[in-house]
Amino acid sequence: MSKHTENLEQTGTACVNQSEITQPWYSNIKYAVVGILFGIVFVKAEIVSWFRIQEMFRLDSFHMYGVIGTAIAVGMLSLQIIKRKKIKSIDGEQIEVHDKKFDKGQIYGGLLFGFGWALTGACPGPLFAQIGAGFTVVIVTFLSAVFGTWVYGKYNDKLPH
Amino acid sequence: MIEFISQPWPWYVAGILIGLTVPTLLLLGNKSFGISSSLRHICAACIPAKIPFFQYDWKRESWNLFFVGGVLIGGFIAATFLTNPNDVVVAEKTHDQLFALGIKDFGGLMPEDLFSWESLATLRGLVFMVLGGFLVGFGTRYAGGCTSGHAIMGISNLQWPSVIATCCFMVGGFLMTWFGLPFLLNL
Repeated sequence: MSKHTENLEQTGTACVNQSEITQPWYSNIKYAVVGILFGIVFVKAEIVSWFRIQEMFRLDSFHMYGVIGTAIAVGMLSLQIIKRKKIKSIDGEQIEVHDKKFDKGQIYGGLLFGFGWALTGACPGPLFAQIGAGFTVVIVTFLSAVFGTWVYGKYNDKLPH
Repeated sequence: MIEFISQPWPWYVAGILIGLTVPTLLLLGNKSFGISSSLRHICAACIPAKIPFFQYDWKRESWNLFFVGGVLIGGFIAATFLTNPNDVVVAEKTHDQLFALGIKDFGGLMPEDLFSWESLATLRGLVFMVLGGFLVGFGTRYAGGCTSGHAIMGISNLQWPSVIATCCFMVGGFLMTWFGLPFLLNL
């Protein structure tokens, strides 16, 4: 594990970049392309809709459960194949996914995020797609989310973990 | 074809495509799917303020910022060129319950009553956008991930902390919907 990854993990992020390879900035364009496709799916399947999230929490529609459930099934199957066949990335690097460590943040933070999810009808991903889709006022929600992350970063050592 | 694409996509199409993001990011460069981290990288890049939590080489994580930049562009493309000509169909029970709570606009992806610049000047708008956004940013980082990092990537990788986090996301959402919203929508 690189020093960089170690630093990030100690300060408690869940989503890290396992790659040890340093690449020029334009190699990142491929992630933007994946993001574009992802954003289109978000809007076209109405995952960015406040109403769809309300239907989910009111147990009134299968849609969101179907989306998340299928995504987990496909993700699980592909991870199993990648691990069993020891598939490498296109740069020839061994693919590895780190384990997540339990701490109480997953409970407290999880509940707080759940409150925010029901209010805004958005997790972080859909916030970006909503802004792109022309709901300019969501920029305010987004800036507030950045501020929330910043406040967590400032006081995280004082919070129960 | 265009007609087919402009209809709302069914859950299994969306689920498969979102699920495929997991192996795609790993194959392209050993990256774990997760979106809320982008908020942390933005803090680290723009307002680190000597806080240890933001002292890391965010440029090494800039792939994540390219990814969310793409999501924004994708949202624009879908809403501009692949628009659904019809109103969003909202389940009847949800429609009636929300209508009774004062929501009037069911035409688009988000109700104008809550999410508009005019609404931002009201206490109700502040709660839904500003407080809601704060909770999303604070909560996801405290939990170490969001729906993508925990629910999809974490559970796919059989991580039990992610199962706990996902259950808490759902419990929080149910509590807010059933006990918070009746009060907050009437502010």
